[in-house]
Amino acid sequence: MRDRIRRKGPGRYRVKLRSNEQLLVRELIGQLREQLLVSTDEPHLQRLFPPAYPDDVERDAGYQVLTRDELVERKLAALEVVDRTVGGGDVTEEELGAWMLALNSLRLVLGTRLDVDETIPLLDPDDPEAFAYAVYEYLGELLHQVVVALGDDLPPPSTPDAPGAPGSPGSPGGPGSGPGLGPEPNAN
Amino acid sequence: MPIVGSVPLEVAPVEVERPVGDEVVDPDRPWVVIVWNDPINLMSYVTYVLQKLFGYPHEVAEKLMLQVHYDGKAVVSSGTREKAELDVFRLHEHALWATMQQD
Repeated sequence: MRDRIRRKGPGRYRVKLRSNEQLLVRELIGQLREQLLVSTDEPHLQRLFPPAYPDDVERDAGYQVLTRDELVERKLAALEVVDRTVGGGDVTEEELGAWMLALNSLRLVLGTRLDVDETIPLLDPDDPEAFAYAVYEYLGELLHQVVVALGDDLPPPSTPDAPGAPGSPGSPGGPGSGPGLGPEPNAN
Repeated sequence: MPIVGSVPLEVAPVEVERPVGDEVVDPDRPWVVIVWNDPINLMSYVTYVLQKLFGYPHEVAEKLMLQVHYDGKAVVSSGTREKAELDVFRLHEHALWATMQQD
């Protein structure tokens, strides 16, 4: 699966999904939009709204009050952009930024529901979760293509140093071991 | 059948270490913004977001991402409480698991 998202030039990108993929993405967007409009307190949406002050209930409540509506609004706006442009064609950097946020939201909610860890299990095609895992993988690949495309248009760095980085972080487990961020999707 | 949810699951996305020590906090001590590991966000995505939000060079952002990946967390910015809260908000907008605490 290649070139669904492609950079054409500075700040210009081309979206080209197959028609079944467009249907899938539209369907997922519709589901997430509906859930965001109903309630954002559901456990499977928890990952979209992390606490800012995990050890201070009162302060965190204040933060949530201040930010929740804004976060929901921005997620809905991103979903709207994808819904509008999923049919294919050229998009701007801002629109592709919305794609990035929307795809990541979908992936987080689906990944939370599937309770994924680093490794994707090899499922029998008849397994009831096989389709959901395939969708999860698909979203990961699409998101990766978006990130690669946008990465070429990042402005020059403005902050040379890491925040008080005390030397090397070290890599105790080596690649692929232990808990960690999701691996890059396989390009195929 | 809904694909992205509707089946509520008990989820414990991140184990957060509780600060130890006394509760008396010097108000002048800076706040730090911490990004915690999670198994879902793509490495390339996290690196890109750190570059975009904080203007870090790719190598710095990637180093921080790997620190999150292998050590479970990394401090990605620091400053006043207001600045830290804004940074946390921007990270939350990008759905990174970010919290803040006084250093």
